[in-house]
Amino acid sequence: MAKAPARIASTEPAVPNRERPDEPERYNASKEQLLEFYKQMLLIRRFEEKAGQLYGLGFIGGFCHLYIGQEAVAVGLQSALDGDKDSVITGYRDHGHMLAYGIDPKVIMAELTGRSAGISRGKGGSMHMFSTEKKFYGGHGIVGAQVSLGTGLAFAHKYNEDGGVAMAYFGDGASNQGQVYESFNMAELWKLPIIYVIENNQYAMGTSVNRSSSEDQLYKRGESFRIPGIQVDGMDVLACRGAAEEALAWVRAGKGPIILEMKTYRYRGHSMSDPAKYRSREEVQSVREKSDPIEAVKRELATLGITEEQLKPLEAEIRKVVAEAADFAEQTPEPDPAELYTDVLVETY
Amino acid sequence: MPIELKMPALSPTMEEGTLAKWLVKQGDVVKSGDILAEIETDKATMEFEAIDEGTIASILVAEGTDNVKVGTVIATIAGEGEDASTPAPAAAEPPTAEAPAQEQKAAESESPAPKKAESGSAQLASDKAATVSDPAIPAGTEMVKTTVREALRDAMAEEMRTDPRIFVMGEEVAEYQGAYKVTQGLLEEFGPKRVIDTPITEYGFAGVGTGAAMGGLKPIIEFMTFNFAMQAIDHIINSAAKTNYMSGGQMRCPIVFRGPNGAASRVGAQHSQNYGPWYASVPGLIVIAPYDAADAKGLLKAAIRSEDPVVFLENELLYGRHFEVPKLDDYVLPIGKARIVRPGKDVTIVSYSIGVGVALEAAEKLAGEGIDAEVIDLRTLRPLDTATVLESVRKTNRLVVVEEGWPTCSISSEIVAVVMEKGFDDLDAPVLRVTNEDVPLPYAANLEKLALVDAARVVTAVKKVTYRA
Repeated sequence: MAKAPARIASTEPAVPNRERPDEPERYNASKEQLLEFYKQMLLIRRFEEKAGQLYGLGFIGGFCHLYIGQEAVAVGLQSALDGDKDSVITGYRDHGHMLAYGIDPKVIMAELTGRSAGISRGKGGSMHMFSTEKKFYGGHGIVGAQVSLGTGLAFAHKYNEDGGVAMAYFGDGASNQGQVYESFNMAELWKLPIIYVIENNQYAMGTSVNRSSSEDQLYKRGESFRIPGIQVDGMDVLACRGAAEEALAWVRAGKGPIILEMKTYRYRGHSMSDPAKYRSREEVQSVREKSDPIEAVKRELATLGITEEQLKPLEAEIRKVVAEAADFAEQTPEPDPAELYTDVLVETY
Repeated sequence: MPIELKMPALSPTMEEGTLAKWLVKQGDVVKSGDILAEIETDKATMEFEAIDEGTIASILVAEGTDNVKVGTVIATIAGEGEDASTPAPAAAEPPTAEAPAQEQKAAESESPAPKKAESGSAQLASDKAATVSDPAIPAGTEMVKTTVREALRDAMAEEMRTDPRIFVMGEEVAEYQGAYKVTQGLLEEFGPKRVIDTPITEYGFAGVGTGAAMGGLKPIIEFMTFNFAMQAIDHIINSAAKTNYMSGGQMRCPIVFRGPNGAASRVGAQHSQNYGPWYASVPGLIVIAPYDAADAKGLLKAAIRSEDPVVFLENELLYGRHFEVPKLDDYVLPIGKARIVRPGKDVTIVSYSIGVGVALEAAEKLAGEGIDAEVIDLRTLRPLDTATVLESVRKTNRLVVVEEGWPTCSISSEIVAVVMEKGFDDLDAPVLRVTNEDVPLPYAANLEKLALVDAARVVTAVKKVTYRA
């Protein structure tokens, strides 16, 4: 009987010895930066709470996906981008990313209520908002589409040699879409400057990652395309920022795409119409108590000597901004009926 | 008897080609698998292998001969024991390159080409040209015989020379020079940055192209055929067509999706479908489906310049057809304008893409029977130029719509509806449709033929609406 072959293959490492990014360090923020993060995250939280209220009152229709719980991701990552040249694209849970980009809460809220003053003139709604001025390319309603589109944005950066990087956000659900892998393949093949951000909030609508993903460590999803991945604590804004620094260094050095898996959690349902029966109230409560990203920054600020009392004026100011956005969104007029026919095509034929 | 070697067809639609090179000479001993010659068309090159053993007895078509018809005997092989020195009975002496046509004729008369199964593509493949030029062509302009394939390539090359934002992306567009050779020469002129081969991932590269358009570039995305674009249709419709509207006019998507559409020849159901009606139903898209080479060029240039997303539907069976193209520095046609390709007074026949040839062929037959048909080529399917159709119907009072595609929810259905709504009082007969049969396209030659439109059916329909049946 022939001897079993020597087990050479199994002694080789599973991952060949190729260059990998360094393990990111937690960002060392100044007091001012930390305050700014706190402010932005709180603005998203309060804005989304208000959007939820307006939805309940019937001011907002259709689908409305809230970002509550995930604030550290958009705020931490986008704070590292160069607003003049980098571009951002995301899926339908997009309010937070827009706010993190400093887009006026009024025009976002007015879009949610379908008003003419909305950022898409009331024609897009919650899932379809854009700001080409800020290089924010949406706001896309089809799960996973933004990954191919974002890869196209990265293609344009490389083609134009403008030094920009595209950041494409998508969820754990989208990470199972076929076009994600078609895009990974091309992005690495052509060394496109893109950061793929998987916002793993643990649930694709009602299906947990474990029930939908054969490889639930999503940062490994690029391995067969030679795209390195990093798993990040998405509830820690400084960890998010640190990871963004590392990813940007990798991509700007011309090493091609990189994946960041942000472990995060959404407190609310998938959308406003989701009763969230697939998880227990205790599970949500436990995350809120132990890992809330805003409370964490608050504690961090306290160690820098900023007391809760000192934060009160800031919080009041945010409540005011959100209340004004809501008032504006309720009162500003709906689009003129003639707008029905505009913007279908750019040119006339 | 020596074995006759016949000019092979590289594709089901090839009718003739160039015998580029002989790799053997008279007296050479060959065995199965040896490469005997190189055969070329404007689309591809193929090595011609021996499948028999023996000695090359005669070479009947010299290398460098163009327009050698498929099935022509090009050489003979003497089998074992046969005298290779005896010339083949078909040709007394080896022909020279100067007189290939005569020689072929001789060869053909001696041993007729094997009868190719008559497929439906033959009935679609009319070589009828329009009897009137486009009004955009100034009088006295020199006309150049050009294939549709070359016209499309010229359109892309001309636009790429003037706008560095334009790039071409798709499967086999660069190094292979195009699966159907439409992008021939572009890699050489524009380099790999602007002419990009993709993996076979339609959904992915359609999305990459769409994203690049959102990011300010002007992509031309080639689908090897539009059948494969079904994998990518989400980006064409949800990402490209709707974004301008959804963003309140903020985010444009100037992109061209192009490639062959409709039935080819004997490729079966999954590779034979006309997507014109699908895309033409989507607000936010421009849909163009030209027939001849001049329209292909002028409209592709317009499509590339447009700030809107364009679906540009070509036709494989038309790629190799020659038409007159005006020799102008910048020949651009208006999108959304139909063209009367044959004026007439008794009946209007409306069609687009390859159906126009069928309509023109029918019109010619009808002329012989005293019926003067006006043929309209829609050219653009969205926005549809209904004014030109309605005006013609006002004159002829009768309408037949010809479409190489399924009948249900089709462009013809749409034309019928429009004429019903806006031209009812002008009609002296019900509008009739001549379309493909309402079945997936079969492979068998006879069934394929039955499934596709042809001129005879158009003639029958016209006789019905003119009450001559």
